[in-house]
Amino acid sequence: MQILSDFQLHRPASLDEAVQLRSELGDGAALYAGGTELLLALKMGVLEYEHLIDVKRIPGLNAIEVQGAALRIGATATHRDIETSPLVAEHVPALSKLARHVANVRVRAAGTLAGNLAFGEPHADPAALLVALGATVELLSSGGRRSLPVEQFAVGAYETELGEDELIEAVVVPLPTAQTRATYLKFQVLERPTVGVAAVARDGDAPTVVVGAVDEKPVRIEASDGVEDYVNAARDAVDPVDDLSGSAEYKRHLTGVIVRRALEALAA
Amino acid sequence: MTMTTTRISGTINGREVTTEVDNATLLLDLLRDLGLTGAKPSCEMEVCGACAVQLDGLPVSACTTLAIELDGRTVETVEGLAQSADALHPVQRAFLQKSAFQCGFCTPGMIMSAKALLEANPSPSRDDVVHWLEGSICRCTGYESIVEAVLEAAEEMRNG
Ligand code: FES
Ligand code: FES
Repeated sequence: MQILSDFQLHRPASLDEAVQLRSELGDGAALYAGGTELLLALKMGVLEYEHLIDVKRIPGLNAIEVQGAALRIGATATHRDIETSPLVAEHVPALSKLARHVANVRVRAAGTLAGNLAFGEPHADPAALLVALGATVELLSSGGRRSLPVEQFAVGAYETELGEDELIEAVVVPLPTAQTRATYLKFQVLERPTVGVAAVARDGDAPTVVVGAVDEKPVRIEASDGVEDYVNAARDAVDPVDDLSGSAEYKRHLTGVIVRRALEALAA
Repeated sequence: MTMTTTRISGTINGREVTTEVDNATLLLDLLRDLGLTGAKPSCEMEVCGACAVQLDGLPVSACTTLAIELDGRTVETVEGLAQSADALHPVQRAFLQKSAFQCGFCTPGMIMSAKALLEANPSPSRDDVVHWLEGSICRCTGYESIVEAVLEAAEEMRNG
C-alpha cells in the first residue's frame, strides 16, 4: 500500500473557524473535502501538507440553491449532489449532465465541484462549461469576500487565484434564460477527458465556445461566423502537448471535431 | 516517528466501532486490518473499483478515502451482506446465477457498487447499470454477465 505522510486534522464546525484556520496555517495546510485529487497527490508524494482542513463537516456548505438570478452551489456539494439536484436539472441541465459523466461513480460520490476548480487539474470537465456559462467563485478569507469569474480563477495547471488564506464558499452560476441553449461534449478514452467543449448560446446570440482539458486552462474561442469559423478558430486557439491522451496534432484535430459536434448539438 | 491520531466512531457492517486511527491511514487499510479483506487494493488510484465499499450508502474507493471518514458514518463491505451461504443478498445470488465472476478479484467491489445502485435506483435501465459500473474493472467476464446479474438482482429486489 501507498503510505501518506503524517498530518494534523482540523475539522472546523463553521466557515468562520475554517477561515481562521486558513489565516493561521497558511500554505502549510490544504483544504480537504472529497480528497479525490488531493489524496492521490499525497499518496504519490507529489504534495505534502502538515495540516488538512476538512471543510466537509461545516453544516450547509453543500447546499445547492437558487438565490436571486443565480444557482449557488456550496463548496462541498459533490458531483453526485449536482447530478441528482432537481434545481440543477431544472435550471442548468447541461451541468447535471456534465456532473453525471465526471470520472466514475465513486469519484462523483466524494469529489466536489469547488474542489475540482481549486485543484486546477487541467484534464477536468467542469471549468469549460462554467466559463461558458459565466460562472463565478465566491472566495472567503478573514479579510472578507470576493467574487471572481471562473475564467480568471483558473490560472494554469494546478494553479488558481485562490489565496493561501482563502477558501471557496460557493460556485455561482447565473441562471440561463429560457431561450439559452447550453451543451458540454467531451471525448475521453482514459480516466480524464482528452477534449471537452462547452457551447452556450444566449437568446439567439452567437454561441460562446470554450475548450477545456486541452490547454492548462479553458480556452475561449473567438469566432462569430458559423460552425466552420469556430472549428478553425478552435484549432488555432488551442496549444496542445503530446501526452498519454495523444499527440498534440491529434488533439488539435479532435478539438475541431468536438467543437463542430457541440455546435451541431446546440443547433439541433 | 509518532503519527497524529484521531478517535473515531462509526458503523461497519452494522456494528459500532470506536477506535483511534492514524490520520494518514486509508479506509482500505483500516478495513483489511480488521480482517475485512473483500475490498482489495489494485490500482490504488480510484480507477478500478476493486476497493469499492459503501460509505453512507454510496460507493467510494476505499483506496483513496481516509479512515477518519468513518467517523459518524456507516461503512458497508461485502462481508456484511450474508451471515451464511444460504442467506445471500439478492445481488450475490444473481452474480452466482449469471456466472458474473471468474477469478472473483473484482467481485466484492462490483457487488457493493451494484448494491449501492439498486438502493439509489431500484429500477435501473441497462444503460443506468452500464453507466454506474463504468470505472469498475473486471479482467475476466467481459461485463455482459455482470450487467445481466445486476438487472436480475434489481428485479428480484423489486419483487421482494
Ligand atoms: S484499488 Fe481503489 S479504485 Fe482501484
Ligand atoms: S472476475 Fe476476475 S477480475 Fe472480475
